Amino acid sequence: MGTPAEIIRFEKVGRSFAQKSGELVATRDISVRISEGEIVTIVGPSGCGKTTMLNLVAGLLRPSTGTVLYRGMPVTAINGRTGYMTQSDHLLPWRDVASNIAVPLEIRDMPRRERRDRVAELIELVGLKHFETVYPSRLSGGMKKRTALARLLAYDPETLLLDEPFAALDAQLRVRMQTELFGLSRRLKKTVLFVTHDLDEAVALGDRCLVFSARPGTIVKDVQIPLPRDRNIMELRRDPHYQRVCAELWDFIAPAIEHQAL
Amino acid sequence: MKLFLGRVLLIGVLLALWEIASQTIADEFFISRPTVIAEKFAALVASGRLFYHGGITVVETLAGFVAGAAAGVVVGLILGRNEGLARLLDPILVAINSLPKVALAPLFIMWFGIGIGMKIILTATIVFFLVFINTYSGVRNVDPELVEILRLMGAKERHLIVKVIVPSALQWVFAGLQLSIPYALIGAVVGEIMAANRGLGFLLQDAAGQLDTGGVFAALLGIIGLALLLQWAVRLCERLLTPWKDVTREREIAV
Repeated sequence: MGTPAEIIRFEKVGRSFAQKSGELVATRDISVRISEGEIVTIVGPSGCGKTTMLNLVAGLLRPSTGTVLYRGMPVTAINGRTGYMTQSDHLLPWRDVASNIAVPLEIRDMPRRERRDRVAELIELVGLKHFETVYPSRLSGGMKKRTALARLLAYDPETLLLDEPFAALDAQLRVRMQTELFGLSRRLKKTVLFVTHDLDEAVALGDRCLVFSARPGTIVKDVQIPLPRDRNIMELRRDPHYQRVCAELWDFIAPAIEHQAL
Repeated sequence: MKLFLGRVLLIGVLLALWEIASQTIADEFFISRPTVIAEKFAALVASGRLFYHGGITVVETLAGFVAGAAAGVVVGLILGRNEGLARLLDPILVAINSLPKVALAPLFIMWFGIGIGMKIILTATIVFFLVFINTYSGVRNVDPELVEILRLMGAKERHLIVKVIVPSALQWVFAGLQLSIPYALIGAVVGEIMAANRGLGFLLQDAAGQLDTGGVFAALLGIIGLALLLQWAVRLCERLLTPWKDVTREREIAV
């Protein structure tokens, strides 16, 4: 296997927002390169611009300074090669599971029959069989996530931008969803940017972890996570190696948290 | 079931009190009495006058309702998706909306005569604003994150309108429609009272002109019946068009 190609590059990227009280600098001076197939987790205090970073990759925002390159081209419009998932699942309440998953396929004008097959395949993939005709209001939190994940995968974006997707789930369910997401991302060879405030999650899922400082946010640490590419997330908790990495990362971040104003 | 019996009992008691009062402490000439009203109402039904005049009012109300609601939805959608245009038109819309719409009736009579068209237009004007304002709020309330996520999936404006904006504004639209029914009737009935020789409003005015209190109440009864019928129809439409809301609806009913 040769060196994987670079897919995302930030060059001295800063972003500020106009506010009544003046200009708010959300992020400054972000420079980072991300390769194809990498799972990169992003941690840092709230309001440090983690979400801004995802929005820049998605093309929902333009940088105030510097450039964001996607496959060598500056991102200047909505970036259709990326898929976005946030804490709230944003399912359409008036569509059942199957037709929620079909939304991106309908947008792409995929013929009906092909669409049906693809939806069936995705439902199988995320383990939602027999729930095709259920409306989101009757689904549990985990099933909503699975539906959202299937919809995200439906149009096969090469990069997944995940903004604390599992923050609202209970601990057990979160681990299960992490396992599934990790497995799917590896199997489908997705590049993933995963924002979280949970250090353990950042270590468990990431090949690499970017640590942000408080606002104005910038990357203060870029850690390679020394865990195998094919890891068993369920088993990690007992892995002393994993625990040590978490502890190290925690030691690095703790001082910043202590000094943070409440 | 208990509730139902309670309601029947309550209404029965009130009617009985009315009947007694009209013979004792009050003047029957002014308040009539339930048995007379029932007679008059039966006569209206038997002679077919209720259906003839009721039919006219229904046509006016429905035509005005449909025209006003359709225009309200379309304009609400357009302005909801074009903030600049909405800001531009804001003072004009606020000014017209602050006007009690029935005050336009004399103008409409001058323009369109005293026929059925004038009532339809008056009704449509009233309904338009209610539905427009609700649709506009509905469109403005669509979750912007949801819109962005669909954009990333490659959605164009037409996809957004069909797949997100319209369905999520729908419950607001229905709230507007529900709200509009009594007002739509106001448009039709007031129009008829002011100038007409047909319709429930005319029936009402005619009975009052002959100092026939029982006839007035009978006509009012007809109007109430019509309002309930329309309300039920809108609810039925809502249920058919928004099946995903059944869960929440069941809960509301239980309260």
